[in-house]
Amino acid sequence: MAARLVKRIYCGPISLNRRFSSQVQKATLIPGDGIGPEIAAAVQKIFAVAKVPVEWEVVDVTPVKYPDGKYGIPQSALESMNRNKVGLKGPLMTPIGKGHRSLNLALRKELNLYANVRPCRTLEGYPTLYNNVDVVTIRENTEGEYSGIEHEIVDGVVQSIKLITEEASRRVAEFAFKFAKEQNRKKVTAVHKANIMRMSDGLFLSCCREAAARFPDVKFEEKYLDTVCLNMVQDPSMYDVLVMPNLYGDILSDMCAGLVGGLGLTPSGNIGMNGALFESVHGTAPDIAGKDLANPTALLLSAVMMLHHMGLSKYGEKIERACLDVIKEGKHRTGDLGGKAKCSEFTNEICSKLQ
Amino acid sequence: MYSVQEVFKAAGVPVDFEMFFFSEVHPHMSAPLEEVAKSVSRNGICLKGPLANPDYSISGELQTLNMKLRRSLDIYANVVHVKSFPGLKNKHEGIDTVIVREQTEGEYSALEHESVKVISFAFILYGVVESLKIVTAAKSQRIAKFAFDYATKNKRKKVTAVHKANIMKLGDGLFLRCCQEMAKLYPKITFETMIVDNCTMQMVSHPQQFDVMVMPNLYGNILDNLASGLVGGAGVVAGASYSSECVVFEPGAKHTFAEAVGKNVANPTAMLLCGAKMLVHINLQQYGDMIRNAIAKVLLDGKVHKDILYLN
Repeated sequence: MAARLVKRIYCGPISLNRRFSSQVQKATLIPGDGIGPEIAAAVQKIFAVAKVPVEWEVVDVTPVKYPDGKYGIPQSALESMNRNKVGLKGPLMTPIGKGHRSLNLALRKELNLYANVRPCRTLEGYPTLYNNVDVVTIRENTEGEYSGIEHEIVDGVVQSIKLITEEASRRVAEFAFKFAKEQNRKKVTAVHKANIMRMSDGLFLSCCREAAARFPDVKFEEKYLDTVCLNMVQDPSMYDVLVMPNLYGDILSDMCAGLVGGLGLTPSGNIGMNGALFESVHGTAPDIAGKDLANPTALLLSAVMMLHHMGLSKYGEKIERACLDVIKEGKHRTGDLGGKAKCSEFTNEICSKLQ
Repeated sequence: MYSVQEVFKAAGVPVDFEMFFFSEVHPHMSAPLEEVAKSVSRNGICLKGPLANPDYSISGELQTLNMKLRRSLDIYANVVHVKSFPGLKNKHEGIDTVIVREQTEGEYSALEHESVKVISFAFILYGVVESLKIVTAAKSQRIAKFAFDYATKNKRKKVTAVHKANIMKLGDGLFLRCCQEMAKLYPKITFETMIVDNCTMQMVSHPQQFDVMVMPNLYGNILDNLASGLVGGAGVVAGASYSSECVVFEPGAKHTFAEAVGKNVANPTAMLLCGAKMLVHINLQQYGDMIRNAIAKVLLDGKVHKDILYLN
């Protein structure tokens, strides 16, 4: 008992100090399935070479059976995430069939992850059809079309409820403007469909306007979802930071990723009230798993985002530069970018740049 | 609109227009909905410019005028044929996709309400709004059948159903099931399904893979505009909306370009293409082809209109 008390007192100050960059900070690492372990190992290696003061706490999220008979992620993984407040996650296989609790959902609830941030930038030296993309999509992550409230009223008539609350809308709008200010971005665009959904999207929009009034030095504009889609494929440089409800964010963030070369290159971060989880959003790619062919860029850039979040921007910028330089030079690209390099060769090249 | 009439006159097309000024932005000058609806159903065909949907309506209604017109005539299927024009330089070449969109239900139900006002401990009022998305089996089957019929009639190979059934398991699930059942009746046509976010990503990277696409209301709106953007903008894509009785021809991506009103800089290509399509529909094939060829020639000559130039 006494020992436990001493331990608690001892632990206290450390957790208070954890935002200072000089100290070693802990972060949870969920390698994931398929190509996950390979690319997670690549990230760990690069972090070690760059001497980043982050200690990884690798957790296993293989589903365990709960007392109620359903399967879900082990409690220890959730505890680790709760303790560290930051985490990095590789791709996870979604188990098919009933009785599974989704890991994403569990983590989202546990950490109250309300905003999904996806920066999309054209990679220098890797030409795609669009070479002037630099947008950040910020997506409300907890409600909207994904509320999961649906019912069949009579046979053959289904109603799905899109839920918009002032609280959540205000929170994400506020975050978008704060993000834009911190990252020295010029403009925030609220994407909506208030001409059709006048009340729900109207509420979201008015929350954005309120937030805009509090951040007068960031430009604010409102655009219809369809207009954004049309303009995005013609001239992506028209947009900077985009903030929107759940479904629109889902669609637009994937579309933007398509503009710059796919999900293998775009990082993603989930910001919440009780922590932040950074992840690569691509699939597990079971066909190339274990063959040392995967491209770790998305996970690495997500890790870079994590470093920025932890106040370790110094290291983050260094790693990002090295990674982008290697892609730019074009000698050590992985298969998905039209190169022949293995995952390990790509990783080693980044490491040699960091030394 | 005037340019369409002028071109029709120049081509000597035997069509009389019954003109209506119909608008939600200027409600006092607008013709009443019933009259317009009656004229459309009497004539069976209609050529319609884009209507602006303001964010709020003067009478406080949730339904827009566009929705009302579609509802009153039950114009359920919107078909947009997105095709690359030779002569217009775009990022993607060889796009030839038909987007079929259900446009009477789904997210555009205009059923919304503020359900609760939660009073928190700090005595702040939080608004909670629910917006209903309605999906019915009857309408999903109808649009699926329409898409497969269209594909058969126009000798197309593949129909792609776009959905988000992984999240909206009941609503989009129902739509998806209706499409799958319908696909069994058309064994000659390949059927595939795609989740909407993946679909937009594929659309901007490999748009050539799509043939006929069928989808609920909102996704149709997104993909119509996205695809129009790929081939040169809202000004060059024609669309048509079908009910069992009548056809309304309108531009594919419905934009009003309020900033270009009355300056004689608007691009009438989409409207002209709509007009040409309409002529083909009413068996005035030769006139329709004449106008279509003239448009293609102007575009090929490079006398490109301002918005196309600007957008490229």
